[in-house]
Amino acid sequence: MKYIDEFNDPDLARRLLDEIHAAATRPWALMEVCGGQTHSIIRHGIDQLLPENVELIHGPGCPVCVTPLDVIDQALEIAARPDVIFCSFGDMLRVPGTDRDLFRVKGEGGDVRVVYSPLDALDLARKNPDRQVVFFAIGFETTAPANAMAVHQARRLGLDNFSLLVSHVRVPPAIDAIMTAPECRVQGFLAAGHVCSVMGTAEYPDLADKHRVPIVVTGFEPLDILEGIRRAVHQLERGEHRVENAYARAVREQGNPAALRMIEEVFEITDRNWRGIGRIPASGWRLTDAYRAHDAELRFDVAGIRTEEPAECRAGEVLQGLIKPTECEAFGTTCTPRTPLGATMVSNEGACAAYYLYRRMTGPAPQGSRIPREEMNPVG
Amino acid sequence: MADLATVAAEATATAVDPANWTCPAPLRDQPVVVMGHGGGGALSAELIDQVFAPAYGNPTLAALTDSAVLDLGGARVAFSTDSYVVRPLFFPGGSLGDLAVNGTVNDLAMSGARPAYLSAAFVLEEGVELAVVERIAHAVGAAARAADVIIATGDTKVVESGHGDGVYVTTAGVGLVPDGVDIRPQRARPGDAVIVSGPIGLHGVAIMSVREGLEFGIEIASDTAPLAGLVADMLAVTRDIHVLRDPTRGGLGTSLNEIARASGTGVRLRERAIPVPDEVVNACGFLGLDPLYVANEGRLVAFVPPQEAEAVLAAMRAHPQGGGAVLVGECVEDHPGMVVVATALGGTRVVDLPLGEQLPRIC
Repeated sequence: MKYIDEFNDPDLARRLLDEIHAAATRPWALMEVCGGQTHSIIRHGIDQLLPENVELIHGPGCPVCVTPLDVIDQALEIAARPDVIFCSFGDMLRVPGTDRDLFRVKGEGGDVRVVYSPLDALDLARKNPDRQVVFFAIGFETTAPANAMAVHQARRLGLDNFSLLVSHVRVPPAIDAIMTAPECRVQGFLAAGHVCSVMGTAEYPDLADKHRVPIVVTGFEPLDILEGIRRAVHQLERGEHRVENAYARAVREQGNPAALRMIEEVFEITDRNWRGIGRIPASGWRLTDAYRAHDAELRFDVAGIRTEEPAECRAGEVLQGLIKPTECEAFGTTCTPRTPLGATMVSNEGACAAYYLYRRMTGPAPQGSRIPREEMNPVG
Repeated sequence: MADLATVAAEATATAVDPANWTCPAPLRDQPVVVMGHGGGGALSAELIDQVFAPAYGNPTLAALTDSAVLDLGGARVAFSTDSYVVRPLFFPGGSLGDLAVNGTVNDLAMSGARPAYLSAAFVLEEGVELAVVERIAHAVGAAARAADVIIATGDTKVVESGHGDGVYVTTAGVGLVPDGVDIRPQRARPGDAVIVSGPIGLHGVAIMSVREGLEFGIEIASDTAPLAGLVADMLAVTRDIHVLRDPTRGGLGTSLNEIARASGTGVRLRERAIPVPDEVVNACGFLGLDPLYVANEGRLVAFVPPQEAEAVLAAMRAHPQGGGAVLVGECVEDHPGMVVVATALGGTRVVDLPLGEQLPRIC
């Protein structure tokens, strides 16, 4: 009956923190790749408890944040059509397109529905043969297998009224792009555990070698993250650059073979635009020719939509770890969860939203600053 | 000691003058109603602040409490109304009928009132089975008897098929506030103990589990229950309870934010003390939701002077609806108007007013 479980044990966390404090003799900058990790770090105040010389940089791994504006606008156009039931995961509904979001389309009469699985959308297609059902297939390797399964099933069942608006992205090319950027400060990665639970770890050793950077596969609970940081710091202090799996309860080297087969059946690798970052070669998936008939972009002829980001928004630099959210002039002023300029302020997992929600303090309480060692005693 | 005629005259005198009425600021970026306007968060507050309050504007309404406390000829009467639109109509642990009674009973109880009479208005959609209406009516009757209130008046309307969601129920209620009791969010003050009456999040997760077809391995039942008896036992310990709130839509996080803002004090919680059942933790983890913002229908949060906290806690724990009562934090002078949680690991974070409804995340 507690808000925490065994992966949030203060005594164990304290021990891991002590080890990190003892181990870190030089300044190190680690990037947590996944927005879920960012959320957990800020939510539990982990960054406040680390030694001054261990810095966490927030990576691009929020699927909602990196979905390009062009694709959001495509979604809005399709969702507004009277013959369409547009299905999406909940957190995409508030992401701003050029002049509105999916909530607004819904409020204006569009049939926009929140689903918890693409298979729910498939079920809607089966029950509404006279309507076009479109599923907004965004996300990393984590969501790709279920989306692939949905379109595979649609073809098998002959559900011609089901299609995917695909904007899938892959993590390893993004890591490569971040490390190749001249201004990159990242010295180690906490790789996203759920991505690796699907894909395995085979894609990472080459990256670790190429950029001489430790990559530790890490989960999402506070102790998972602390353990990932501990291992990465140890490697850096020893001058090592290996792939380590600190999330063995969920991740195997070979990943999930059934999920991988399903992805391979339906998707092929393609270049993709990342919101705020730009085009990264081979960083995404699209439907193969065999499934192209279920591609909503072609079915609704929205491939030509091209739009521009607001110039004021620096989400791209946040996503690349170049600035902290609070370094953006618009943060908390013109850009808030209520009036977001960029997706990093909208999504639950966006770095800007996490800072805004959990660190926006007034008065004498800590303002996202580090807490002195003597105040580290766990409460409760 | 105003009589009813005087009360009515005062109400007329403070009504908005249409000739001098100015249009409220438009809702930025939201020219149409979206679901978040009913979510109990920042969008709901904005709708009230920018549309309803300017249109009705009067000092009685300005308190924006769950129930208004009115002086009617010397008697202090709590008055509240609420509409219930839950889907599905029946769920583990309760039904629309239970909610419609318990919700209004609890809104009255949160000002310390002893609820007495309720109204019940049904809006029925053409085509709904009469057996369904009968089940809900029976649930209303049974819940009223359990809460010791009388359904004194009612109304029925039918809308055409496709223009409703089966059955909507609106209840209003009145009750008497005992002498010496003054419970409202503005009375929170630094030093107050913050007490929660039991495990949070059960109602919201129970509804989600049936509405969305999600199964979490075990059945999770709503906590819907009348709380007036519990409040009466707390007031028997001390009449100096400062604030009571039932954290329904928007959950505990929203209620505490509203209290912090209304009183201008800060609230500091201890994360480890907050009672969240494992099944709620698991369901929220799965959906990417925060239990602090998940709805409750049978819980209250109390702000109590520190010297009374132990005795109030003991009285709560002796009552069937307060067996799981715990001290979760205190009211502080730091960070006025904000709610801050000390995390189990020793960090801190802000618990903000959510924008609208929580959105299940992608992964």
